[in-house]
Amino acid sequence: MSGAFRIPRAGRLSQAKTARFSFDGQSYAGIEGDTLASALLANGVHLVGRSFKYHRPRGFLSAGAEEPNALVQIVRDEARKTPNVRATVQELYDGLAANSQNRWPSLSFDVGAVNDIASPMFSAGFYYKTFMWPKAAWKSLYEPKIREAAGLGVSPDKPDPDHYSSRYAHCDVLVLGGGAAGIAAALAAAETGVRVILADEQAEFGGSLRFETGAKIDGQNGFVWAQAAIAKLAAMGNVRVLSRTTAFGYYAQNFVGLVERVSDHLKAPGHDLPRERLWQVRAKRVVLASGAIERHMVFANNDRPGIMLAGAARTFLNHYGVAVGRNVGVYTANDSAYAAAIDLKKAGVNIAAIVDLRDNPTGPVIDEARALGIEVNFGRAVIRAGGKLRVSSMTVQPKNGGGERTIPVDAILMSAGWTPSVHLFSQSRGKVAFNDETKRFVPGTYAQDCVSVGACNGTDGLSATMDEAYAAGDQAAKDAGAKTAKGTKPKVDASESWSRGMLGAAPGAGPDTTVKAFVDFQNDVTAKDIRQAVHEGMRSIEHVKRFTTNGMATDQGKTSNMHGLAIAAETLGKPIPEVGLTTFRAPYTPVTFGAIVSHARGPLFDPTRKTATHPWAEAQGAVFEDVGQWKRAWYFPKAGEDMHAAVDRECVAVRTTAGLFDASTLGKIEVVGPDAAKFMELLYTNPWEKLEPGRCRYGIMLREDGFIYDDGVVGRLAPDRFHVTTTTGGAPRVMNHMEDYLQTEFPHLNVWLTSITEQWAVIAVQGPKSRDIIAPLVEGIDMSDEALPHMSVREGKICGVPTRLFRMSFTGERGFEVNVPADYGQAVWEALWAEGQKHGATAYGTESMHVLRAEKGYIIVGQDTDGTVTPNDAGLDWAVGKKKTDFVGIRGMARPDLVAKGRKQLVGLKTKDPKVVLEEGAQIVADPKQAIPMKMIGHVTSSYWSQNCGRSIALALVAGGRDRMGDTLYVPMPNGVIEVEVTSMVFFDETGGRLNG
Amino acid sequence: MLLIRCPYCEEERPELEFRNAGEAHIARSANIAGESDDDFEKFFFIRSNPKGIIYERWRHMHGCARFFNAVRDTVTDKFVMTYKAGEPKPAKLPGVAK
Repeated sequence: MSGAFRIPRAGRLSQAKTARFSFDGQSYAGIEGDTLASALLANGVHLVGRSFKYHRPRGFLSAGAEEPNALVQIVRDEARKTPNVRATVQELYDGLAANSQNRWPSLSFDVGAVNDIASPMFSAGFYYKTFMWPKAAWKSLYEPKIREAAGLGVSPDKPDPDHYSSRYAHCDVLVLGGGAAGIAAALAAAETGVRVILADEQAEFGGSLRFETGAKIDGQNGFVWAQAAIAKLAAMGNVRVLSRTTAFGYYAQNFVGLVERVSDHLKAPGHDLPRERLWQVRAKRVVLASGAIERHMVFANNDRPGIMLAGAARTFLNHYGVAVGRNVGVYTANDSAYAAAIDLKKAGVNIAAIVDLRDNPTGPVIDEARALGIEVNFGRAVIRAGGKLRVSSMTVQPKNGGGERTIPVDAILMSAGWTPSVHLFSQSRGKVAFNDETKRFVPGTYAQDCVSVGACNGTDGLSATMDEAYAAGDQAAKDAGAKTAKGTKPKVDASESWSRGMLGAAPGAGPDTTVKAFVDFQNDVTAKDIRQAVHEGMRSIEHVKRFTTNGMATDQGKTSNMHGLAIAAETLGKPIPEVGLTTFRAPYTPVTFGAIVSHARGPLFDPTRKTATHPWAEAQGAVFEDVGQWKRAWYFPKAGEDMHAAVDRECVAVRTTAGLFDASTLGKIEVVGPDAAKFMELLYTNPWEKLEPGRCRYGIMLREDGFIYDDGVVGRLAPDRFHVTTTTGGAPRVMNHMEDYLQTEFPHLNVWLTSITEQWAVIAVQGPKSRDIIAPLVEGIDMSDEALPHMSVREGKICGVPTRLFRMSFTGERGFEVNVPADYGQAVWEALWAEGQKHGATAYGTESMHVLRAEKGYIIVGQDTDGTVTPNDAGLDWAVGKKKTDFVGIRGMARPDLVAKGRKQLVGLKTKDPKVVLEEGAQIVADPKQAIPMKMIGHVTSSYWSQNCGRSIALALVAGGRDRMGDTLYVPMPNGVIEVEVTSMVFFDETGGRLNG
Repeated sequence: MLLIRCPYCEEERPELEFRNAGEAHIARSANIAGESDDDFEKFFFIRSNPKGIIYERWRHMHGCARFFNAVRDTVTDKFVMTYKAGEPKPAKLPGVAK
């Protein structure tokens, strides 16, 4: 026997399949198929948690996804500790270990419960009012304490060892919700042959058929019919049936996000199974069959463990075979709680009394309850519950006042009526409409191709639901292109039916009271808090929601929103629709980050791009840096070298012998076609028409606003063919920029653009010995200075493979950039390296590349420019074609502010103390003695130690910089002011003779 | 995620394949160098920000890579129609009341 409250022969679980589990270290027995909630209840455990704010003892309110109270932590191992799991949806497995949350030192004795006594301090909006003074206490006292106290559960502190999967799917008809309505719609659609997906959040389909013993379809018990229908659907080739799958978000154009819990219910999930699977489904038509959620009654101490929704108690009995008490009271404002009382009574549980707020209701369930000998009281209210860790009594009073009577109970079932689940409909941007007669918000105006059926549409009764859902499924299939329907509609032989109920606070919890009658259990919001919010000036329900936090907990107000709205409306003296419903947002229930992120984490978070020589550099012990998605060799330390020592050695070697550098990451675009030169004229500031084939030019690209966008050396391979290089980070946006102009502004030009960044590996060989290293390996290219001068390009062969050999230099030394097909990159590099060894060449990385170019005053776009620098500002006026009448940026460059005096200009800086290296980004002032805040006239853009110059060097943007040559400026730093002299940007080999050295 | 019809591929494809490229039908002057400051300001800086119908440029970045024009309702996010770059602003929009 698995628990003293398990009723023999009740429920659908097999008693033979025992599963052991623990809660707060105590071991219990349950049955396979139980939820953690039903298994605990079978053992008589109601107290499972403490509330968020007041730390009040809490039990189970529901038997499903709407549960606000019974949040527990499930512990599988050190890394797998999932907090805030709703015990009502966690399926039991043998060995499951769960802990309660938000209590210390123990669940039954919780120090935090002092908040309950001090509750006047913690009423609505207390965050905004209580922690105002003294101001300094916020940072030191209030915030740390609040952060410590706030939150539910404890996050796991180890990386998630589970894996998650992600799938996209398309279908004609997506049915969300697998109760009677959803199954009927899916059957109707599936029988036409269209592609159908049917999803339900529960482990077993059937929805409310799980507890509605009165439902009979096609001659069978409703739940049995549902299982047969699902088996039939699952066997159809055009249908996908997804259980344990929650549709959490409804996005534009019938795009629905669902999460499937694949292995959380398994004792030992294999590593081949993901924990969860994210489904992103695009459907031609969506059928919403999300059902309805029962509301609680709002009365004093309605949160005591043992007080729960009537439908939940019925589920625990009829599906799990568990009685939620032995002496049960019922408090209701509609018929549905009677059915729960009747089922429990028939199972042998004493029903202490039914308290019905309605005056003289009639109907078969009331007659049946009376016939079973249950005491039924009309026109009465439960004004308070007794007991603390478990409900012990209910006190009843005529609803208009009068004598009180206290009835001992160990559980109270309550029902204020059912709220249609319009969450997904609302997320689809549909507008809900208030039905004044039934006091329900139901789907009104649709924004997408979807339809609501059954209880979520406000349709009452199984027969009407079956008619509506079957017709809607059939119509959805036809709308999606189906031609013929072959099936027959299931026949409803018997059903239960109820509707109506009440909204807001019950008698005894009215405006004249100060009792704790909970509206929102998870955020501890009472009816009094809602009224207080209105009294303090909140008028919109959106303000009331935020001030009280009603409906803002992880359950998103599934049970509380309508009550909160009704109380606010009553206090405002306005009809409910005028106060308005808060917006429903995704996710419907919490979704793990794991499911959303799926495989996109760790190395798979973002692509990593590696150059052809990466393995070689790795073998040499290179240190890499991330440049966008690229891994670039940063420096090549020898034994005992730090970065500075390595960079100093590399920089000196390049200028004394030679260095090899992998420049493959530079963006490369081939501009080809009869109008290629015309296109280049329009996209770059420079003139191109007269550039001879075989020659190169340094090009500057502007945006239309006149600021520098990119730069790079361009080689003209033939009259109609340019090999354009871009910055490493700029390659994709330059390509986009070029395509944009070519396609939309200059479509008359006959030009093709091709990204060739990854087609060519680029090996820069720089230094006095560079030609000696390359020449022996080259075929078909005359390497003399006359035949191959600086800034020229030839096509030929190196090491037997094709090359585009550029004579160019980003170091100021004689230099070459050897382009070879990327597949040969490492082989050619190794050949050049072997040759280089004969001349004492070194490999150098990006840090040395930066130092070497700064020694020559070559700028890096994006480092020395920031999107507000013109060619003139950068000292690059010489690269702007003066005779040109059009290029992108020509007009922007002439804007008044861009030609005004005093603009920041790029200059060199030398510190007065040559050993001091400035910080990049440091601000520059003209007078260090001025009062703070000082007038800043510029900043340092590049700064390095230059071993070749024997001193520090820097580039800076300084207002009117070129007029300040030789001036002393100041860089104030936290530990003193640094004196600098404004100089030319060229620090090494000012005449440029070494380019041919 | 929106579905966007590429007028070149003649297919509806997911939003992930596309990039927005700003407002459409802003022509670059053939004599841009000679434009007044005011005209350049209008051309380069001034953009409409309507509540309702907007004409904008999109690029089928991870598809055919073509730029095209689209009419979108900024309230509902719905694409009213798409058409090729260079085609005139449509005189009539399907399903949109004047």
